[in-house]
Amino acid sequence: MEISTRELKIMPTSSKLTFNDVVGTWKARWGINRMNYTVEPGLYSVGKPNRNSPVLVSANYKMSFDSLRKELDGVEAWILVLDTKGINVWCAAGKGTFGTQELLNRIAVVQLEKVVSHSTVIVPQLGAPGISAHVVAKFSGFKVVYGPVRARDLKEFIQLGMKATREMRTVKFTTYDRLVLTPVELVGTFKVSLMIFGVLFLLNLLGLGPFGLVDFYGYMGSVLVGCVLTPVLLPLIPGRAFAWKGWMLGFIWAIIVNVLNGWNEWTAVPQYSILKALGYILILPSVAAFLAMNFTGASTFTSFSGVLKEMRKAVPAIIISLVLGIILLLVNSFI
Amino acid sequence: MTNRYLKDVATLKLKSDQCTGCGRCLEVCPHNVFLIEDRKSVIADKDRCMECGACVKNCPFNALEVKPGVGCAFAIIMGWLTGTEPSCDCSGGSGGGGCC
Repeated sequence: MEISTRELKIMPTSSKLTFNDVVGTWKARWGINRMNYTVEPGLYSVGKPNRNSPVLVSANYKMSFDSLRKELDGVEAWILVLDTKGINVWCAAGKGTFGTQELLNRIAVVQLEKVVSHSTVIVPQLGAPGISAHVVAKFSGFKVVYGPVRARDLKEFIQLGMKATREMRTVKFTTYDRLVLTPVELVGTFKVSLMIFGVLFLLNLLGLGPFGLVDFYGYMGSVLVGCVLTPVLLPLIPGRAFAWKGWMLGFIWAIIVNVLNGWNEWTAVPQYSILKALGYILILPSVAAFLAMNFTGASTFTSFSGVLKEMRKAVPAIIISLVLGIILLLVNSFI
Repeated sequence: MTNRYLKDVATLKLKSDQCTGCGRCLEVCPHNVFLIEDRKSVIADKDRCMECGACVKNCPFNALEVKPGVGCAFAIIMGWLTGTEPSCDCSGGSGGGGCC
């Protein structure tokens, strides 16, 4: 009987990111080609790893893979890329695609035991919601060691003898972390915004206007408040619920819009009626609140139970406020 | 500045009698929820829990329980609209979520 052996397939990669890699990350941040930004699952080599080199597990979202390998300058290591359908480690772990099954499967497919003589794989800590370390050990013989949350701590982690400090184990959400997430939030509103502008245009044609510049920048301001300003200032805004934080900044914005248009003590020539001014007070903060609430999905610390609790109050309040505001604007048009 | 979310909502439970104090939960928790006291794990700060489920998945002694789910408003809205469980799936492209 002949025993067939499969060839080992090892793909060389580098710790240096090319110009295209940097552009690719930037595009994904703006939502361009973000759902198709993948690398091939399998085993990669960085530097000249040998049988004793560490095995680092990652996802096949290219931004995840790149942010790992760019931290490996001067490190000889293997990277085991799981098939997570192009999703990052943490989100894929939540869905289970970065999971026990796929890790076991990928270890077998690349024949990891023939590549390294040790039996340890370093899994990013944020992969833990999908992986049962003790189950992986039971079925593959490979011991899962959870690495640091951030790839940039990997070198230190390895130097410390695969020990992570409490600092390395904790997820943060710095101003920069929040800022890089805002473009994709903005891009996500484009379609709906265009639809709203279309409806306002039709209302103008029907003589139910005029809706004009103030409505445009009032709305766009609310979008910026909900998608950019609230996320960036997040921990500085009083309160805990995201919708509340967005509503507060949106309320300030609505006041600014009204003051700029003559609802103040100094110029005292209101450019529009009290109905429209009240309409803005009802609509603009609601838009910002809704968009800010959606940022819970991008944040690193909101729980399902918490978001649900927030939404049970916020969603009805937002809808009522929006409907009342729209009625005021339309009534204003008829007068 | 630290980010803190709603109080008294997390569904995390620790069955102390099943805990051996192995410390796996401290290792995987991204928000420092656990502490070891008297050779057993204790929930030190439940309000920091984001219900990711990492501790439950990695407890070899089934001492932990949480209702895991996505802390994402957009996913919950889509769940309401489609009548399915909220899942972290922004691949529709029109989503407001920036997660995945």
